[in-house]
Amino acid sequence: MTTTIPMSITVDGERHDLDVDPRTTLLDALRERLGITTTKKGCDHGQCGACTVLLDGRRVLSCLTLAVAKDGAHVVTADGLATDGELHPVTEAFLANDAYQCGYCTPGQICSAVGAIDEARRGMPSAVTADLAADVTLDRSEIAERMSGNLCRCAAYVNIVSAVEEAAHR
Amino acid sequence: MRPFTYARPDAAADAVATLAADPDARFLAGGTNLLDHLKLGVVEPTQLVDVTGITSTEITELDDGGLRIGAGVPNSDLAADPRVRERYPAVAAAILAGASGQLRNMASTGGNLLQRTRCAYFADPTTPCTKRDLSQGCSARGGWARYHAILGASEHCIATHPSDLAVALVALDAQVQVLGADGARTIPIAAFHRLPGDDPTRDTVLAHGDLVTAVDLPAPTPAVANSTYRKVRDRASYAFALVSAAVALEVREGTVVDVRIALGGVAHKPWRATTAEAALRGRPATDDEFRAAIAAELEAAEPVESPLGGNAYKIPLVTGTVVSTLRGLAGGVA
Repeated sequence: MTTTIPMSITVDGERHDLDVDPRTTLLDALRERLGITTTKKGCDHGQCGACTVLLDGRRVLSCLTLAVAKDGAHVVTADGLATDGELHPVTEAFLANDAYQCGYCTPGQICSAVGAIDEARRGMPSAVTADLAADVTLDRSEIAERMSGNLCRCAAYVNIVSAVEEAAHR
Repeated sequence: MRPFTYARPDAAADAVATLAADPDARFLAGGTNLLDHLKLGVVEPTQLVDVTGITSTEITELDDGGLRIGAGVPNSDLAADPRVRERYPAVAAAILAGASGQLRNMASTGGNLLQRTRCAYFADPTTPCTKRDLSQGCSARGGWARYHAILGASEHCIATHPSDLAVALVALDAQVQVLGADGARTIPIAAFHRLPGDDPTRDTVLAHGDLVTAVDLPAPTPAVANSTYRKVRDRASYAFALVSAAVALEVREGTVVDVRIALGGVAHKPWRATTAEAALRGRPATDDEFRAAIAAELEAAEPVESPLGGNAYKIPLVTGTVVSTLRGLAGGVA
């Protein structure tokens, strides 16, 4: 017998109150409890990145996050990136660059790209940043490294890098 | 997943007391390793005690010129801190060499040190593993041992420690601040992780209920300011180390004045190469000296042979990695 715990979470601007079993991941809370299926379940073990969302502004893996531990948090999925019916620049760039094939990994790729571009703008280095003390320029090698946590089994990587590059320099 | 209850105490002492009173309780921080293990059935706690709100997320200056890193500082923030990037490049480089952007945003400093081995048999409860259960045997010996230890292993366990950060911290002589049921204490990072010996279930010297509260970096020396981390893996990103090396070097007029070398991917804990360091101090900073020093360190190596893939390849790989990293820090081509 498991006791559920009340919590609230804001997803794409809308607040939800729910009771959760402590075992419920944020991913399962989104998909199974709130019916928000934009966020995809791939490996469910933190290896593929399909479940990436922005949690309080940072890209994280919702499959390795317990919902109960994020009471009061703000989550943005790929759906919530649009404003006033206008697609987010990263989403536009994915369309313009044909940066997907089957599309299953795309919501996670887009959330991850938004997070990665923001991290670079805040000056956060990566493993391929030549000078750790210098500013970061998002070239193709930096983008590939920063997006390495998002797998695409269709291997649309070349166009994904192009899309992120275009969005980053817009 | 077995049912568990969830608690979020307001103070570190409460969290420690809760765990000390409940052998089946676990701390929850970033959760990146724990959630995976809960799903796999590797661990089955009945209570999770969330410490994310009570461990510090600040990096502060110490009076001795060092830095104190709160245990709750996310890996990404630690690697991005300008003071860490400038004064302790090996620390920033080690973190950035591990995991993915998402995982580094989630994972905490304390949790990084406490992550468990990625031995495939440890993660699979359907196979015997002494690290999960002392009464079982080791499946890796004679099994898929490509990622496993060449130094300091025991008959019971040949697992390696997976952390990149810990390797850099060992090279830099960091100190781990711990709060236990009997109060606070400081553990040198070199004495924090264990070799497997007769009890591979214990990765560290911590007792149940001990909470890592901070990691202290000592004031940087010229060698530490000239430090880096080199990681060799099966793919260019988002993979665990086959071998890695955190190296700090100070050379004056062609002579090695100070050197620190810690190796990852070779042992149950980050391996401080004290034999190689002693062999190099006061010697010319040349490839021949570098090679002889790491050869002396690896005299104790015992690679594992296995029909499914052994790990003798790690001896030349460690040698090349350390020699080229030393050469780069000495001003040559890495």
